[in-house]
Amino acid sequence: MACIEARGLRKRFGSLVALDSVDLRVEEGRILGLIGPNGAGKTTALNAILGLIRYEGELRVLGRDPWNERERLMQDVCFISDVAVLPRWMRVSQALEYVAGVHPRFDRGKAESFLARTMIKRTSKVRELSKGMVTQLHLALVMAIDARLLVLDEPTLGLDILYRKQFYDVLLNDYFDRTRTIVVTTHQVEEVQHVLTDLMFINFGRIVLSGTMEEIESRYAEMTVNPDQIEGARALKPIYERQALGRSTFLFEGVDRQQLAKLGEVRTPSIADLFVAVIGNQARQPQGEGALA
Amino acid sequence: MNTQSGAIPEAFGMQAVAPAEISPARRMYWSVRRELWENRWLYRAPLGVAAVFLIGFFVSTVHLPAAVRGMEMAGAQHQHNSVGGRLEAHLFASPYDIASSLMMALAILTGIFYSAEALHGERSDRSILFWKSMPVSDTTTVLAKASIAIVIVPLFVCAVAFVMWWIMLLESSLVLLARGMSPAVLWAELPLFQMWGLLIYHIVTAHAIWPAPVYCWLLLVSGWARRAVLLWAALPVLVIGVLEKVVFNSSHFAMLIGRRLIGDAPSMADIPADGFPTHPMMVHITAGRFLMSPGLWVGFAFCAVFLWAAIRLRRSQGAI
Repeated sequence: MACIEARGLRKRFGSLVALDSVDLRVEEGRILGLIGPNGAGKTTALNAILGLIRYEGELRVLGRDPWNERERLMQDVCFISDVAVLPRWMRVSQALEYVAGVHPRFDRGKAESFLARTMIKRTSKVRELSKGMVTQLHLALVMAIDARLLVLDEPTLGLDILYRKQFYDVLLNDYFDRTRTIVVTTHQVEEVQHVLTDLMFINFGRIVLSGTMEEIESRYAEMTVNPDQIEGARALKPIYERQALGRSTFLFEGVDRQQLAKLGEVRTPSIADLFVAVIGNQARQPQGEGALA
Repeated sequence: MNTQSGAIPEAFGMQAVAPAEISPARRMYWSVRRELWENRWLYRAPLGVAAVFLIGFFVSTVHLPAAVRGMEMAGAQHQHNSVGGRLEAHLFASPYDIASSLMMALAILTGIFYSAEALHGERSDRSILFWKSMPVSDTTTVLAKASIAIVIVPLFVCAVAFVMWWIMLLESSLVLLARGMSPAVLWAELPLFQMWGLLIYHIVTAHAIWPAPVYCWLLLVSGWARRAVLLWAALPVLVIGVLEKVVFNSSHFAMLIGRRLIGDAPSMADIPADGFPTHPMMVHITAGRFLMSPGLWVGFAFCAVFLWAAIRLRRSQGAI
């Protein structure tokens, strides 16, 4: 069963088209990275999935209509928007009490045991905690909820590298159990590369790249060549080219790796390099052209 | 910032949680409770004002023995029902009226300021995204917020007034006993339970139900305005009021809103001109007249429309 299924999903803010007939399908048990530049439509897509905004088109999340069934959907869905949304006046103990009071799938003991291994005091107010601690608290609340879908919108924004790494480690090791689905958006793509099972690039409100990590790794290849091989590489029609330290690096789509290996060093591109190539090409072309997926 | 390595635990049990149904009433209870957590001034303000008033009252009781002596002299001259006797009785009771009037004024003020911030604060501090991540409907949230101004605050100030009255009566009795005088005259003139019954009725009708459309309007504007909620809420009233004055040279609309706000409801009869009645026998509770009043039902209709619009607004609103 698909966890999220959208057909012709559209959202306009006045004359601005934030989502332009998006089709997407996310199977259960996947970790999807929704990556895009600022204003690409990531948060709008997540808000539609969470039932926070009205939309046009078809959208089902866990078989439900998010806009009309948000309250019921939130029993199976958790989300962390960013580190700044926990009420600053709230005490840690109150946050635990409140979530236990309203959420049927919240296990307070589990949240308590998580917090026991941190430096967060029950009597502290959220405003007294560091950004990292607030994230730990929010994560403790979310991880103690037996949800089927977790949506993370820039969850590690403003955190230092230690907390960012711990956040994804905990998520992967302690939360993800291959039945739950996680959708994450972030600009720190290099930090989620090893976490994701699926990748989606969004730009100008359209999905411009979509696939499993295995598909993407077999479809795209990056090659670095010496100056004498540049023309040979260009003849294979790379989708992106950049120069560094006297050598040229090319990114290819659908080109045989063995053929590339004759010209230079071939490797799987990082998500960041792929993002720069795909979104960079989009930026250089008129809107609506250059879709790769 | 604390960046202690390993602060996030390495292992975390993942036993399945058996989901239990949570009733709408329980969600409403927790929604109200979190409002009281967030807005502690709702109960601290009445308690603080009550404490200051009681201090003033304790100081004023230095004149109490003389007043009781005057009352007893009037009684000895069979003038208890005369003008002089009633004036003495009024002198005893007026601090109790002032205490209850203070609580009523606080109910109005807290109702206004709370309602104007209720749906605005959660958007401006972005916490709306956390609240919306919980399985609590917009209807429950908005109704919980409305209940604070219309139910919780009025009942709380009633309770505070009652406790104040008891403290005042006991302290006055102790002062008289210390002077070797009987406090019986005080207890005879101040039937606290009857007074309290009257106060509850008055506050519920005049300061909860009657001004409810005003609170619901403020709630709606707080869910819409990005800033200066009170200004936006007052602007239509001012514009309509000025237009009416210019075109018809009358002030009915402004009077209507003002009377709603101060609790000028058709819920009591024979209220003396000098303020809240000091004796329940002076007042006739006219619940029938109140319930039959068209203004009450028109007010309910406005409440329903404003709350419906506030729920719709919150549904699509995010952080500011």
